[in-house]
Amino acid sequence: MTTPRARLAALARSRHRPIVTAECPSADGGTVEDLHTRLATIAPFVDAVNVTDNPAAHAHASNVAMAIALSQRGIEPIMQIVCRDKNRIAIQADIAGASMFGVVNFSALTGDDVTAGDEPQARRVFDLDGPQLVSCLAGMKAGTYLSGRTFSTPGDFFIGCVENPGAPPLDYRADRALLKVNAGAQMVQLQISYRPEQLEAFMAACVANGVAERAIVLPSVCLTKGAKALGFMNDKVPGISVPADSIDRVAEADDQAEEAYLLVRDLTAHALALPGVAGIHITDFRHDGSLQRLTEELHIGPRFDTTSDRSDPTSELKEHHAHNS
Amino acid sequence: MSGPVDGAIAAIEHVVKAPIWDCRMCGQCVLHSTGMTCPMTCPKTLRNGPCGGVREDGSCEVEPQMQCVWVKAHHRAEHLPLLPKSWRLHIRDLRPPVDNSLKGTSSWVNLLTRRDQQTPPGWLGVAAPHS
Repeated sequence: MTTPRARLAALARSRHRPIVTAECPSADGGTVEDLHTRLATIAPFVDAVNVTDNPAAHAHASNVAMAIALSQRGIEPIMQIVCRDKNRIAIQADIAGASMFGVVNFSALTGDDVTAGDEPQARRVFDLDGPQLVSCLAGMKAGTYLSGRTFSTPGDFFIGCVENPGAPPLDYRADRALLKVNAGAQMVQLQISYRPEQLEAFMAACVANGVAERAIVLPSVCLTKGAKALGFMNDKVPGISVPADSIDRVAEADDQAEEAYLLVRDLTAHALALPGVAGIHITDFRHDGSLQRLTEELHIGPRFDTTSDRSDPTSELKEHHAHNS
Repeated sequence: MSGPVDGAIAAIEHVVKAPIWDCRMCGQCVLHSTGMTCPMTCPKTLRNGPCGGVREDGSCEVEPQMQCVWVKAHHRAEHLPLLPKSWRLHIRDLRPPVDNSLKGTSSWVNLLTRRDQQTPPGWLGVAAPHS
């Protein structure tokens, strides 16, 4: 078993280069070996990998199992936890269990509703909401369950949350991010945005209210194969809208796949240039090496770390221990 | 809370608040801090602001025919007449997890007895230590 490197927390402290995270593909069967085969086109090019928690209310291999599977191979997971499927007892048990295996990064989400999934008959839970789950994680980081009973973390938790810069009420979104940072969030990963002007406004507000300084803010982009996928996201995915001119740009191109890639590269470059942005989160639905290409063409990720001591995982480990002692 | 008097007060509270605010009798009323908009009418019963699924036109992810409860709450917290300023600002507070043991009881009684102020012993609120 590989000891967790806490690379994400170290990078959040140093911020000496853009931080790159990516979405882990969901697993519906297969072995851990199969999972790592699929991750080979992603993990080497990013700093940490988000393992999702039944995304879009579809059942998949659990967030806890996936986080452990990554952690044991030296890939740093960010274990997402949604409030939809479990009550506060079960959620805290998952956090405690995952932490035994070296998982230290957790991200709190409200979660898509059950009606977004393929089992809309399911009971929705939402015993906690996103900001409450952040505070619950902060409590466990500090040494207690919600009940007040003692919990000791083997590693120092790094607490994440999410926010959607493109969902109404737009002028409140940065305030909601601040609420979660005040509750203990150290990272804010953003919903995929195809509207640069919305991201600009959100980031300006996060710089003004201190969120961008107190937490790492990572906008998200999504690599798709063409206009059809963009249309699907616009129509079916809660909280994501794709402007018609972006869909047209891809649909009218001779090479749709190339144009879809270039659209994302433009969005990524734009996001990384904004004040307050600490890095980027990438979801890859192409699985054709585009994620690697994106990191190489923009010179981002662990392979473009010019600080030599950072590229040595053991130095991060030492730093992590020094920080904790 | 139990007993005939508390039960009668809860019944009166329900009769008064249900038609106006679609009150769900959570027993820990926060209407004053949410622009007089009941967060328990959100399909996800979110107490701390809107989820990321709000549609572009401000309607609810779950029930598109309905305006997002939190879009409405934010608008009202800013614009509703006669609302004290402190109430308007309370919308930014972090409200603690719902105490499900209070469901069906009178929030008026729980307010007077301060029972609705009790939070889980390990609840830090926004007082989380920062690293």
